[in-house]
Formats: sequence, structure tokens, C-alpha cells
Amino acid sequence: MKYVDEFRDPELITKAAEEIRRLADPNRHYRLMEVCGGHTHAIYRFGLKDVLPPNIELIHGPGCPVCVLPMGRIDDALSVAADPDVIFAAFGDMMRVPGTHGSPLEHKARGMDVRIVYSPTDAIKLAKLNAQKHVMFFAIGFETTAPSTALTLQRAKAEGIHNFSVFCNHVTIIPAIRAILDSPDMRLDGFIGPGHVSTVIGCRPYEWIAKNERKPIVVCGFEPLDLLQSIVMLLAQLQKGEAKVENQYKRVVPWEGNRAALKAMAEIFQLRPYFEWRGLGFISQSALRIREEYAEWDAEQRFHVPGIRVTDPKAAQCGEVLKGVLKPAQCKLFGRECTPENPVGALMVSSEGSCAAYYNYEHRKANLLTSISASA
Amino acid sequence: MSSGAKLGHIVPPKIRFREPQIEMAHGAGGKASRRLVEGLFAPFFFGEFPGPLGDAAQLKINGARMAVTTDSFVVKPLVFPGGSIGELAVNGTVNDLAVSGAKPEALVITLILEAGLRTDVLQAEIQAIADSAQRAGVRIAGGDTKVVEHGKADSMYITTTGLGAPIPGIEIDPRSVRPGDKVLLSGPIGDHGITILLARGELDMEGDLRSDTRSVFPLVGALAQAAGPGVRWMRDPTRGGVATSLNELARDCGLGVILFEDSIPVHDAVRGACELLGLEPLHIANEGQFLSVLAPELADAALKALQEAPGGDEARIIGEMREQPAGSVLVTTLYGGSRIVDMLVGDPLPRIC
Repeated sequence: MKYVDEFRDPELITKAAEEIRRLADPNRHYRLMEVCGGHTHAIYRFGLKDVLPPNIELIHGPGCPVCVLPMGRIDDALSVAADPDVIFAAFGDMMRVPGTHGSPLEHKARGMDVRIVYSPTDAIKLAKLNAQKHVMFFAIGFETTAPSTALTLQRAKAEGIHNFSVFCNHVTIIPAIRAILDSPDMRLDGFIGPGHVSTVIGCRPYEWIAKNERKPIVVCGFEPLDLLQSIVMLLAQLQKGEAKVENQYKRVVPWEGNRAALKAMAEIFQLRPYFEWRGLGFISQSALRIREEYAEWDAEQRFHVPGIRVTDPKAAQCGEVLKGVLKPAQCKLFGRECTPENPVGALMVSSEGSCAAYYNYEHRKANLLTSISASA
Repeated sequence: MSSGAKLGHIVPPKIRFREPQIEMAHGAGGKASRRLVEGLFAPFFFGEFPGPLGDAAQLKINGARMAVTTDSFVVKPLVFPGGSIGELAVNGTVNDLAVSGAKPEALVITLILEAGLRTDVLQAEIQAIADSAQRAGVRIAGGDTKVVEHGKADSMYITTTGLGAPIPGIEIDPRSVRPGDKVLLSGPIGDHGITILLARGELDMEGDLRSDTRSVFPLVGALAQAAGPGVRWMRDPTRGGVATSLNELARDCGLGVILFEDSIPVHDAVRGACELLGLEPLHIANEGQFLSVLAPELADAALKALQEAPGGDEARIIGEMREQPAGSVLVTTLYGGSRIVDMLVGDPLPRIC
């Protein structure tokens, strides 16, 4: 399969791993944060920790949109959808995320009209097919998915579709990275930069990380070779004492980003003064809301939204895990009260959440690897 | 689609069913399904310590041994590239018998029809049932029909119950599996599940794919002839996919399953769809493949026999049994990476980005 197989070539991967071992100073411990949940997933899925030397520690960042969403937002949206005339539409990975009284999927089993869509335009189709009902699309994601929500809203307005609205939870990546860097318990050597987000925003918005914070950042693809190559690039910078923004994912990410997408976003959205992130608390100017001109399609303006705030269960340490302070298995609930089947926090639900990735691919493996390689 | 675990006999660790209501996941063939069957059904039917749950029950009646299994089919759409619900209903039950080491002999068919179902649609499925039964060499011995109000069922549901005669010299038991045994797969995985996903038309995607629905009995027969008692375990990886079947095996035999990722046959269209949707091919349903665990000394001969049988050319040895990781399935790559692959949790849901 083109664009996949060449980035999973065992020979090239082995070579990149050797290069990493050559560049890494054995007397130094490297803490590199992969910002994006897609990277976290890939790291576990491809077993990349097995090929990295032990002094390279990968810290999972906050770039999983489902995971950083506070439970109150789900409760708010579900309370709107409790009206039998409302259809709740969302992406598949929202379906199992717990609200206070259960996930959208559980609400569906109890009779709520909940539909999985694969793109926001599918939600518009749904609205056309169900003219007597109102379709509310639960929009989620970083700059990766925000443009498609923007285009959908433009279409809804242009085509005069009035039984459709968006419950907007779009967030932006840069303030989250800033919050991580401002956190006193975080010591990081560099960043594996988000790939999909950068297809939209480009590489320029990361320049302050290199200039002001003196941390190297490499925008990275999602195949095993992409990740290893980005680590090579980070180590090379660290070895030379440099801090630059580099683009490993050139085959997809233009340095300047996608102007058309940015333009659509600017037309539809404006920054919220502040927004609550699970684990990171309120971050100013970190999320998008729908502009006044599109108020008719904004579920938060159109419906009464209670504005529920829910504190996470005390024992759950989602915040620490999201910030990279704790590893998933160090949370008190991990693998016991909190599993992919009965998740307490969203990190255990989304395939991009570090807890789910760790549970699915790594958990149980840790103690066994020695015996396996011994018998291989 | 056909069901995974069925009521038969074993299962050591006790599972309790605590969920307050039935969710879709309880029917998806993964962890939740297993909890329902072992935690709620088995204690009532088999007492506190039932045996392993195989694909078919082995009965002895008046000295004669026979295998019995039953399966319900609720697939949507009714007709899809490569097959239809009628064909699935025959092959699914035939395959459950085959992988239990039995030659499928007869089927009993139950139809639940929604009022308003068009006769030509029904007739086409009855034709499909008759044709597939003939191809699979099983008799239709009888059946029953119920009609429910319009809106109380989705077009039609089919339940097939199958009777089979045990193949002499074959004993399928997960407890007979030993470290060093080889894991064999009859052909490429994921075709059925991805075909259905695409046929539902909810995704703006098309692929050149067909369901793999077929009777695997001829292949099982070839394997039995080549390896005889060296065939220790078989299973058709339907809902929940290869990963779920092998996790059940790992749990039932207390050993670890090591899979070599590069040896697992997957068509490019399936791989592509899985990459795009964030799905794991090992979790995708199949309707015409089976897994087998073989004694190592007979594995090569068995593989050769299978590859020479019609429809078995893409069979591969995809892994082996080890002491560790006990009770789990570990997928390894050529470059030395590895990951645990668990049973399917819930329905496979595509991820967004």
C-alpha cells in the first residue's frame, strides 16, 4: 500500500533505530513529548518503545480532543438531545465517552436518537432526511477537524438548512502546548509536533517554542518511520545545542499551512475568552466558538444549555496523565476501576487516549518482554 | 453475522454479569458478549463450573456422538457484495460445526419476518439458503416461521441450527494446546466485516471487496486428513475477528499467542479501509476463514495440504503458542516492535483524526 508500506519497512526502521542509538548520549535522559494523540496511538500500535533505547522517554501530550473535553460539555449536549425532536450526531470516538449519566451510546440504548457520522457533512445529510427533527452535530477536534465544521456551517447557511446546529467544542493546540510548558512539574527536552493539525496551521505557529523556550520541535507523520526519523532530528538538534522548528512530514504539511482552511475557520469561528480543559483547567483563548452571524446554527445559542460543570472523580488522575506528569499505569484507577470497557475518564476511551493505547497494546507486556525475547 | 462463543462445556475463571441492561456491545462478539454468556447464561445452564465454550456442543445420544450448534443472523443490508443473509445463515452454522471437528449434516431454519417484507426479497433469500446448503452438502431438515409487526424487526432475521457428525480422529480442545504449537489461518482476514461496513453506505468510500462467506468444511476436511490428531483447536473468527478468537484460546489454554504481523494475510482494500477508519484488521469479522492450532511436527504438511485444496492457497502459518504472555495475544513485527492485541471491546467504531 503506497504511502504506508515504505514507512513501515523493517530495514529502514532498524536503520533509524540504530541512528537514534548512535545520537543519544548514554549519560543523558531524554524527555520528548509527542503532543498528538495520533502519535501516542502509533507509538503503542507499532511497539516503538521496544526499538528505542531506555534513556529516550516519550511523554504523552494533551493532543487527544476527546480526552481533554470536560465531562460537563458532554452532559450539556446530552441535555439538549434529551428532547425527542433532537438527533445527536457525533464521530464514532465520542460514542463511548462517559457523561455523568452515561455515554452517548448508553443514552442511545435508553432511547435517545444518537447517530454516528463520519464527517460533519453527513450530519447535514441527516438533517435533510429528517426534516421534522433537529440534528445537532457534536463538533470536536483541534484545527484538524475545525475546517470541515466551518465548511459545513457555510453550507448549512448557503442551502438554508434550518434544522441543523453545531455544538462546538473545537480547541486549538498552541495554548495547550503553552500550558504544558508553563507547568512547573514538566521538564521536557523537545517536542514531536502534531502532524494533522499542522496540515492546517503549518509550522510557523511553533516558532516561539524554539525561540523563546529553546526547545526543538519536529512536525511529524504517523508511520513508525516518521516517528523514528523525527526522534533522530530532535536528537541531532539537541546534540548540537540547537532549537529549531523542523518539518519531517513535508509530504503532507506545507510550512505555511492550508490558507483556504484557515480562511474558512476565520469566517465561522472566533476565539472563546477561555475554555475548560480536562486536567489542564481553564486556558485563555484556547477554544473556538461560532460567530454571531451563524448564531442560528450554534446549538449553544439556539438551545438552553445548562452549563454543567463536573469535577472528575477524585481518585482519577486524568489531569496528571494528560500533562505527562504520570504514566497511565501510575494512575490509581488504571486497569482496575478504569478499563476500556468501563472507562472513568476519556483517556481510557479514545483510541488516541494514552490510557487506552497503553491498556490495549502495552499493559501486560511490560514484564513479559524479557522472557519472550529470550525464547524467540 | 454469526456468533462467537456458544454454550458447550469448560471455563475456569469465574465471570459475573453486573451490567444493568443489555447494550449493543453484548451482541458484538467481543468481551461484553463473553461476559453475558459466561456470566449470566452458563451458570444457569451448566452450574458453577462449566467447561470451555466451543463453537458447537458435543452430545452423546443413545451411544451416538453428534455436534449441535445454533446461530442467528441479523445482518444489514440483507444483500451485499459476495453474499446475502441467507448464504451467511447456512455457511455460519456449517462453519461452526466444521471448526468443532464435525461434518455438517443437517440444518433447521427459523425465520422471523417483518410484516411488509416483499415476497421477492424473501424468495431470493430462500433460494440463497437452498443453494448454499447444496454447495455445503447439508440437508435442510425443517424450520419455523414467525411474522412480527412492521417496525418490530428489521426486514428479516434467520436462525439456523446445525447437526454434525464428529470427524473421526479429531479432538478439538483448547486444553490440548502446547507451547510450540503453530497457529494457522486459512486466508485473508477482514473481507466480510469491511464489505458490510462499506455496503451500509454510511461511508463515502468504495472498495473492490466481497464478503468471504463460504463453507470452510472442505478446507477443514483437508486439514484433518493431513494432520489428524495434530489438529488441536479450531475456530472461525467471525464477529470480534481473529484477535477475539485467539484471546479466547489464550484464556482457555492459559498460554500466550505470538502472531507475526507480516505473515497475516490482509487484502489491500481491507488494510486501506482499516488505516483510514482507525480499525484493527484483527478485530474485523470474517465469514469464510478459520484458525487452527497444530502440533509443530505436522504444521508444514497441514499447511501444504490446505494450500493445495481449492480456496486454501492464501493459508499461512501466522504465529505460535508460547508460555508467555500467558492468557494474551502479542503481535510482533519484523523490526522488533510488539503490541498486545486484546479482544474487541464494544462495536468497532471509526475514529476521527
